[in-house]
Amino acid sequence: MSVAALSRIQFATVAVFHFLFVPLTLGLTVMTAYTETRYARTGDETFLRMAKYWSRLLLVNFAVGVVTGLTLEFQFGMNWAEYSKFVGDIFGAPLAIEATVAFFLESTFIGVWMFSWKRVSRGVHAGIMWVVAGASTLSALWILLANGWMQRPRGYELVGGRAVLTSFGALLGSPYVWIKFFHVIASAYTLTAFFIMGISAIQILLKKKEEMFRRSFRIAATFGIVTSIMIIVAGDLSGVQVAKYQPSKLAAMEAQWETEKGADFYILQLPRPEKEENSIEALEIPGGLSFLAYHDANAVVKGLKDFPPSDRPPVLVTFVAFRLMVALGFLFVLLALVSVILAWRKKLSSHRWFLWIMSFAIILPYLASELGWVVAEIGRQPWIVYGLLRTQEAVSRNLTPGDVLGSLIAFIAIYVSLAVVDVFLLKKYANKVED
Amino acid sequence: MALQTLWFVLWGLLWAVYFTLDGFDFGAGMLRLFLTREETDRRVSLASIGPVWDGNEVWLITAGGASFAAFPGTYASMFSFLYLPMLLILFSLIIRGVAIEYRNKDESPHWRSTWDILLALTSFSAPLVLGLGFGNIFQGLRFDSSGYHGTFWQLFNPYGLLTAVFFVLLFLQHGALWLVYKTEGDLAARAARWAGALWFLVLVVAAAFLLFTGFATRLYDNYLAHPGWILVPLLALAALVGVRVFQAQSRPLPAFISSCAAILLVVATAMVGLFPNLIPSRLDPAANLTIVNSSSGLYTLRLMAIVALVFVPIVVVYQLFVYRFFRSKTTRGEVEGAEGGY
Repeated sequence: MSVAALSRIQFATVAVFHFLFVPLTLGLTVMTAYTETRYARTGDETFLRMAKYWSRLLLVNFAVGVVTGLTLEFQFGMNWAEYSKFVGDIFGAPLAIEATVAFFLESTFIGVWMFSWKRVSRGVHAGIMWVVAGASTLSALWILLANGWMQRPRGYELVGGRAVLTSFGALLGSPYVWIKFFHVIASAYTLTAFFIMGISAIQILLKKKEEMFRRSFRIAATFGIVTSIMIIVAGDLSGVQVAKYQPSKLAAMEAQWETEKGADFYILQLPRPEKEENSIEALEIPGGLSFLAYHDANAVVKGLKDFPPSDRPPVLVTFVAFRLMVALGFLFVLLALVSVILAWRKKLSSHRWFLWIMSFAIILPYLASELGWVVAEIGRQPWIVYGLLRTQEAVSRNLTPGDVLGSLIAFIAIYVSLAVVDVFLLKKYANKVED
Repeated sequence: MALQTLWFVLWGLLWAVYFTLDGFDFGAGMLRLFLTREETDRRVSLASIGPVWDGNEVWLITAGGASFAAFPGTYASMFSFLYLPMLLILFSLIIRGVAIEYRNKDESPHWRSTWDILLALTSFSAPLVLGLGFGNIFQGLRFDSSGYHGTFWQLFNPYGLLTAVFFVLLFLQHGALWLVYKTEGDLAARAARWAGALWFLVLVVAAAFLLFTGFATRLYDNYLAHPGWILVPLLALAALVGVRVFQAQSRPLPAFISSCAAILLVVATAMVGLFPNLIPSRLDPAANLTIVNSSSGLYTLRLMAIVALVFVPIVVVYQLFVYRFFRSKTTRGEVEGAEGGY
């Protein structure tokens, strides 16, 4: 395999792994801050127990999130040196700003929070966690600003074979990024809501500290119904952005081969890329695709055949990942809706079957989040910066396939060990319900 | 030129601050394995860096990010040419971070001793490889306009190894001084003995480093052209002497601050010599990566200068506040029966 292919596998591995930890950190910081605030306001010990319980899981998760985030900053320079030279002027800026403005705040104050239970008042302690939660959200914004530029480059000019920033305002004001940010944050909160509901469901089934977990479930369900609906809205808006600025990605996501006015949407569909057609097309919604992509049932959707084969992303992966993610997104709304109804009517304990479903559903938002990144990143291929730089040309020139294969194996070994230890501790602390 | 020069100074400063801050985490991480086998003291020594290590590490991420934004050519070359060393640094930092955070999350002695050993090993390997990398950058890496021609094993040359050992010893002493300042009783007394013994070693290696630098690198060219700058290495030596003086007077905080100054000034000594290069080439001086040929456009440099000049001071202020907040000694009483980060 080539250096480029191995480097892609390596980047996919470390990025997917890192993103197993990011969304839960984003959400559990909020849950911890919220329950601590309630405790500070009401003095109700159940809220304190909730804050302690969920924050233990947060801290286990946080540690791996931090150290695996480091990898990504190293990766750009190590394996993608030509990319780094090409975009450093632009891509480096939000990364450096992220570290300076957000990550410092997050890392410094999580340390303060851990060691200040007995040193500050309840309210201040809760406030510190709000700082951490705010900083990690801000962190996500800057990272997505960097990624968003790779998806939709703007505010630049090409000088001597490099992209040079000409407008920071254009970088910051990219609607593509803000919608993506909204999408990522909503899905991170949804993932956390399902995580909390799932673990609470197990505890309620086991009849441990039911009041605390019933309350956690209700908070998460209320939160989750809002954020899962937000995902659908953000997803729809994202689709419009993709249609506008990344037509080849949209065509692959929808397996649309021909350029068509008023393109139909098929509920059942399966592409057969080698013949440039779909083997299954059933249950059509006339003009549906045009409507989804442009909010206009008569709009023209550009098909894959109008892109040279060398400019097309892998169709099958992009299509399947996208379909699955969307299906999961709707499932989350449904599950959150049932959750919210049962939780508020205090009928959770009498619907054990539903608690069983929710305890297994923990894994689904993880799957959906990663599928989302598969759509975003594989759908962008063959470009590393859409329309400007090809992934093949972005790789470091001094590496051999042996170098990258070796590092890939080492990454996998270390990450698998980290995952084992992380799961061991998560299970341990999830089971640890005290006084 | 002015903006690039400003960014060179900021680049050097970010690295210097990183080494100064994470340096004592590394030192304490290594040393705590040898200071005590007793569980509470092991927890005290870990809790002394517990609240601050993560914030310290972000200086590295910022140094890396600033290299990326301000000198993309340098960032790309440094990380890709030194692929294997960077990988080793990364793995060390990954395991170190997890070791610090997970060590106390289970009660089994086996679990704890495993993380203790991993923490000590990675707190050793990270500065060792960082030192090796910088020692080789000071000499120049083996690249020309056609690309990189060096191998991993060529990095293990005498000067590279000397720099690596220098880094490790400097941080070991730094960590010992931190533990003297932050802990009490037996633990602090033992750390003080280590700091005392290490001082001579650091001095000898520092002298060897300064001497060898004259033969192995061109860092002294700038000093010969502008002798006034000789003040920087002289101050570095003065700070090292200060460490000894304050230690003899049993004043742990001034001794630790002297050690901070020594590390900052050692990095500054090298940076003064490096200017205007960021990564010199050992094969062809025309290929040197300089502040001009590897920098971003002026727009980005200006933008990032504003961001850095506004936000870095803010970071410094709240981090100083945090150090002040945790200024009291980490005690056995505090650690025993505590939960959370301890």
